Amino acid sequence: MALLELDSVTRRFGGVVALDSVSLAIGEGEIAGLIGPNGAGKTTAFNVVTRLYAPDGGRLSFAGRDLLRVKPHRIVGLGIARTFQNVELFRRMTVLDNVLVGAHSRTGFGGEKEARAEALETLSYLDLAHLARRPATGLPFGTLKRVELARALVSRPRLLLLDEPAGGLNHEEVEELKGLIRRIRQDFSVTVFLVEHHMALVMSVSDRVHVLNFGRKIAEGTPAEVRENPAVVEAYLGA
Amino acid sequence: MSVGFAVRAGAFVLAVGAIALLPRFISDFRALQLGTVAIFFIALLGLNILTGHAGQISLGHGAFMGIGGYTTAVLTSDFGGLSWEMNDLATVPIAGLVAGVVGFLFGFPALRLAGVYLALATFALAVALPSLARSQKLAGITGGSEGIILPRLPPTGDWLYYVCWSFALPMFVLAWLIVRGRLGRAFRAVRESEIAAVSSGISLPLYKTVAFGISAFYAGVAGALLAIPTTAIFPDTYPVALSIILLTGVVVGGLGSLAGMAIGALFIQFIQTDGPQWLQAVLDRVGVDINETAPGVPSVLYGLLLLAVLLTARSGVAGLLARGVSVLTNRIYHRPIKRQATPSRREA
Ligand SMILES: Nc1ncnc2c1ncn2[C@@H]1O[C@H](COP(=O)(O)OP(=O)(O)OP(=O)(O)O)[C@@H](O)[C@H]1O
Ligand SMILES: [Mg+2]
Repeated sequence: MALLELDSVTRRFGGVVALDSVSLAIGEGEIAGLIGPNGAGKTTAFNVVTRLYAPDGGRLSFAGRDLLRVKPHRIVGLGIARTFQNVELFRRMTVLDNVLVGAHSRTGFGGEKEARAEALETLSYLDLAHLARRPATGLPFGTLKRVELARALVSRPRLLLLDEPAGGLNHEEVEELKGLIRRIRQDFSVTVFLVEHHMALVMSVSDRVHVLNFGRKIAEGTPAEVRENPAVVEAYLGA
Repeated sequence: MSVGFAVRAGAFVLAVGAIALLPRFISDFRALQLGTVAIFFIALLGLNILTGHAGQISLGHGAFMGIGGYTTAVLTSDFGGLSWEMNDLATVPIAGLVAGVVGFLFGFPALRLAGVYLALATFALAVALPSLARSQKLAGITGGSEGIILPRLPPTGDWLYYVCWSFALPMFVLAWLIVRGRLGRAFRAVRESEIAAVSSGISLPLYKTVAFGISAFYAGVAGALLAIPTTAIFPDTYPVALSIILLTGVVVGGLGSLAGMAIGALFIQFIQTDGPQWLQAVLDRVGVDINETAPGVPSVLYGLLLLAVLLTARSGVAGLLARGVSVLTNRIYHRPIKRQATPSRREA
């Protein structure tokens, strides 16, 4: 059974159909890529899965549970954590506090000590421990993306949604990110669903790639299959 | 236990000692004024949790003080059919709870609003309270425009001082515990990014209403304490202006800084009343002649003072002091370091 399943999901914004009856399934342990030209609906797909946006039609399930019955703030507790395309950090809070908020769903009142230990551990894992006491604001964009990743990981998700993790990274950092995504899957036994414009990155880390164009799913397959797919080639050349 | 914690705890102990001893050195009238400062301090602590930490603006906290004050008046007096005639100090926590519950419930409609809209909705509360208290329908409870006489005779300054600070200090510690823990962190997360807060498992309805409830509890306690020296309360004991004064106090003291609320409370008590005279004395000295009896002049002078404070201390007086201290400590503890190139916000 798939871990995450979208069944004919539609979402409109006024006249724009951001998601047009999209169906896809992601298996446990996979690294899945989601690509498509600007405005294809990739971020909207993440927003629907995390319940920030209600779909106009279709069904969503996670580990066999109907996501449409889950409140937005309960999503992370179910095991779905995410990062944001344009970074949504708590800017005037320290890096450590940002990550501690990520642990909110797992630790009750009185779990502060344990939460702190885990947050620091996660920060070290991502080489951010030296920034723990710094306020998030003022850090470089690439570092902010990493802090967001730490905040998502500390919730110990089963499914990690990454919206353009390579945004703002230079060539070497992107190379490093490839290794990091694979390591995270191993070390946290997590399924990864990844939106990215950096083709070399998606194609090298993904087991399967899903392609959107104007809200429709136009292709799905292994990176090699997708690269050869005429509809995909056309979508990218036509864009 | 960190150094920062030890320093703060030390400063708190010193402050408690100073507060305990101060009445020996000041007149009873000053003690009365400083007792009122403690009352504003309590109200500002609560408002700061809501506005400074949870990021929800309120222009209606005078109304929550009013609810606290009326609760105490009703419970202590022999007025009307309900004559509980309780001890006034015993009613203070009850007044806090009543205001807190109303604040919590008010949080629900407030959920749909943000920014200016929320400010207006809370302002409506401040406007409505005096009219409600005056209304004939509720006169059986509130005494209408005649108000309610409280049984206690005007207390001495020392009495009020010690009573109010005995409430203020534990409530300061409570506020500090709230703010530094998981709850305060969740409040700040809501303030900084609602989307990220929700995605991290924080329920916006829950945390916003709880923030409203806590801050209204503080306001209720403050309003109840204010009723005691007033000895009688009327619809205008808690006027619309009170709500604005409270918000001003929070901003002057420093949004997010709890200790700064003491400064905000002093500002409310002294600058509001005596500030215009001081400024006028200064202006007289430099040869500017103002007709102080002209209507509105004190308000204009107060406005000028407020502007001056806000312009020099953008993050409140507490922020200004913290910056001053950090400049000094940096001088002392750090050799001048080469400035790192400021990392650009966005490299993308
Ligand atoms: N909140 C919103 N309100 C109105 N329109 C929206 C909203 N969110 C997305 N859209 C529209 O939906 C379409 C899909 O947007 P989406 O952000 O999902 O694209 P994307 O694939 O993530 O693009 P990009 O690669 O540029 O990030 C776009 O036309 C966008 O303008
Ligand atoms: Mg996007």
